[in-house]
Amino acid sequence: MRQISLFIALFLFWLALSGYYKAFLLAAGVGSAIFAVYFAHRMTADDEEGHPTQLFLGTLTYYPWLVWEIVKSCWAVTKLIVDPRLPISPTLTRVTATQKTTVGLATYANSITLTPGTITAAVDGNVLTVHALVRDGAIDLEGGGMDQRVTQFEEVR
Amino acid sequence: MTLIVDVASFVLILAGSFFIVAGGLGLMRMPDVFTRMHAASVIETLGAGLLFIGFMLQAGFTLISAKLLFLLALIFFTGPVVTHALAQAALQAGIRPYLAEDRSDRPDGPPKGSSGPRRPGEEG
Repeated sequence: MRQISLFIALFLFWLALSGYYKAFLLAAGVGSAIFAVYFAHRMTADDEEGHPTQLFLGTLTYYPWLVWEIVKSCWAVTKLIVDPRLPISPTLTRVTATQKTTVGLATYANSITLTPGTITAAVDGNVLTVHALVRDGAIDLEGGGMDQRVTQFEEVR
Repeated sequence: MTLIVDVASFVLILAGSFFIVAGGLGLMRMPDVFTRMHAASVIETLGAGLLFIGFMLQAGFTLISAKLLFLLALIFFTGPVVTHALAQAALQAGIRPYLAEDRSDRPDGPPKGSSGPRRPGEEG
């Protein structure tokens, strides 16, 4: 099941990059995709970490939410940058992640980093060390709103 | 119709350029390596994102748009990994971040010296 999904994804990727629809080249693409899936399977890179099909439904609502968060904090950081007084208050903090899987933990850590104004500087078990550009950003993260959102995303089936 | 798409794409490209310039300005103004990374992440998220969406509107519904989408996804997924690697390397190298407040030792925070990396299926 996961292999079929990986094959379709790889073949569509190949098709979009090539842009030729001749029978020989299509067959070559199918062959390449099959080989890639076979090698991924031998490397066990096609498990729930390497090709997390179980998260697909969750991404439909999680990505738009994340993009909106990014836009909001981008605007906040831009306002800080162009402010002549440069009113930053860099803060280092540690937060606990409640995700159950490593994919969920990686999603949370990457979401923190992707949102301007906060960077995951170290991961130790389920404790993340986060550097925030302003104090409020650190306090927000300690509140755990984003953590809960990612855990919810991880549990959607 | 083409006029509307053109105007929309010009607005997006200009907005993206604005955020890239703002991020570059932030890189110059920020005091240390960690705060500079925050400025850089404005470039790689909203700056590149708006610029690429503007390019996609120019290219229309073609394979070029699909390739731009792949590039955007690549930046979206590799950007935070690179930023995290840089931040962790800076911490490991012993660079003390310039801080207004250190909340990593606050009493209600997570305990220090927790267990090693968790694997799927493990408790805790």
